[in-house]
Amino acid sequence: MTDTQAVPRATLKKMYAAMLRIRRFEEKVARLISLNEIICPCHLYIGQEAVAAGVCANLRQDDWVFSTHRSHGHYIAKGGGLKGLMAELYGKADGCSGGYGGSMHLAAPEIGLPGSSAIVAGTVPLAAGAALAFSLQKKDSVAVAFFGDGAVDEGVWYETLNFASLKKLPVIFICENNLYSTHMPLSACLADTAIAKKAAAFGMPGVCIDGNNAFEVYNTTQKAVADARRGKGPALIECLTYRWLGHVGPNDDLDKGLRGKKEVRAWMRKDPVNRLETELLKQRVISPDYKDKLAREIDAEIAAAYAFAQAAPYPDVKQAVGRVFK
Amino acid sequence: MMRTLSYAQAIREALEQMLREDEKVFLIGQGVTSPWYVGATTTGLVDRFGSERVIDTPVSESGITGMAVGAALAGMRPVLVHPRLDFMYYAMDQLANHAANWHYMFGGQLSVPLTVWGIINRGGEQAAQHSQALQAVFMHLPGLKVVMPSTPYDAKGLLIAAIKDDNPVVFIDDRWLYDLSGEVPEEIYNVPLGKGIVRKRGADITIVSISYMATEALAAAAILTKRHIGAEVIDLRSLKPLDEAIILKSVKKTGRLIVADGGWKTGGIGAEIVSRVAEKAMIYLKAPPRRVALPDTPAPASRVLEECYYPKARDIVAAAAAIMQEGQ
Repeated sequence: MTDTQAVPRATLKKMYAAMLRIRRFEEKVARLISLNEIICPCHLYIGQEAVAAGVCANLRQDDWVFSTHRSHGHYIAKGGGLKGLMAELYGKADGCSGGYGGSMHLAAPEIGLPGSSAIVAGTVPLAAGAALAFSLQKKDSVAVAFFGDGAVDEGVWYETLNFASLKKLPVIFICENNLYSTHMPLSACLADTAIAKKAAAFGMPGVCIDGNNAFEVYNTTQKAVADARRGKGPALIECLTYRWLGHVGPNDDLDKGLRGKKEVRAWMRKDPVNRLETELLKQRVISPDYKDKLAREIDAEIAAAYAFAQAAPYPDVKQAVGRVFK
Repeated sequence: MMRTLSYAQAIREALEQMLREDEKVFLIGQGVTSPWYVGATTTGLVDRFGSERVIDTPVSESGITGMAVGAALAGMRPVLVHPRLDFMYYAMDQLANHAANWHYMFGGQLSVPLTVWGIINRGGEQAAQHSQALQAVFMHLPGLKVVMPSTPYDAKGLLIAAIKDDNPVVFIDDRWLYDLSGEVPEEIYNVPLGKGIVRKRGADITIVSISYMATEALAAAAILTKRHIGAEVIDLRSLKPLDEAIILKSVKKTGRLIVADGGWKTGGIGAEIVSRVAEKAMIYLKAPPRRVALPDTPAPASRVLEECYYPKARDIVAAAAAIMQEGQ
């Protein structure tokens, strides 16, 4: 681990709490999917927690993040409540999208999450557009586009990076490179798999970092966010990480032969949550007591979210049709 | 006496006044600083408002449309121009999946106050990829409003209404209308979205027309008058929301219907309007309705082929004559 001293202790604790909250919440969601309690397709984030937490620890509430089909981690790291998220996964009226969005379409404008899109690369231009708005409004807010490696296959990704760099927009492009685009390994999708290097074609800084190292994600993003706030334009940060589970749902896809047990195990040894926890204990940023207490608090929060979601009402069926326009 | 402007000048005035009136408004798209892309509709705006608010863009229709959606979410009121409507197919994902769905998909928490202005550029031997009138494509999608003004007055008023609306509005105009002149008030005014207008009264046959075809419908009505056939000409102006009431009221009076649209016949505007009349006013019909529209064929280049490809007043007159005969 690198550069821990540079990160304020409160920030380290905040990142750790966000990662643990994502991990434990998703483990619960995976069980609920297996029990057929949650029906809507969930693309789980387990294994990638350091990216969302490391990036969002640098952001203010008036900075916006745009998310993808794999959106739970971003929602939680940006400060979204677990009750609203769990209720949304249940399709309930008290969900963060009122039961109209489901797992792939989360929004919480009050925390700076104007929405996630299931269309691959779909929110990449939206983030640049929000950044354009911020600069027209003379605000120093930044926008972040989270996307997977599969988004780099889409044309709109190139269009957006070009325009964002051309106009020096305050937008950070965060690639969560988990090595697979649904079932396809990266090498079968991209002629040149060095995603960060593509930034050079747009005259934009691009770096490839260890996405399982929360410090590295935090520090790299911190510089990019500071530059963007100062009008120095966008940056591309490629975070190498791995989803422990399959593309969608609670299983690991090993049975389908899409990837090898050895590969999954090797990445599980690089567990970002465990890694940060070990380091913070070693550096006495947290104590074992603190860790246990935090875990209990998070579990209680998840239990409360679960109870809330179960008890919440379904949306009014009379509202199924209409409400298309404001 | 009100002053007269061309259709293109009316659009330019709406843009200039809204840029001046509301700092949330900005103009973005290909050719907004070009001498030829968008006719005379944006002339001088960049000098007046600067390249921050009048943004000429690379040929990246999908990306730029997405950025306009994002800017709208973040509190702006972008006016996005696609100077050749054909290229809007590139923008479909951002319009259909994102702009149109955003309000509903997140339980009404957010809206996209975006005006997407697309220009139909047919004629002049431009052929299949520079001539398409895609209004039916946009009309099909829940979450988009669609307007097509046919007069300078409506061009200004509907564009202003579109910019002020809190939802994504597709504003489609037709270069064949750009030199048309008419009275245009100097002040900022709205032509309400979703309201058609009766351009000419008549008791015998209803002609529902859209955009440029409204001018052909009025020409046809003049010819029909000489033949003692009273045509009532409706200019629909908005395709979505659709002013169903104005259509039904007229058809109940005349008992005869023609829909004149510059798009393709199959799955087009005429198909929708005839269906609505069949659902709600069929018993009033004295003869089967007719659609005057494009054949299900891409646009040809050669002027002799163009001449028979695009429907004109003569086609509306022929349809009216046939209906009157059938209804005897």
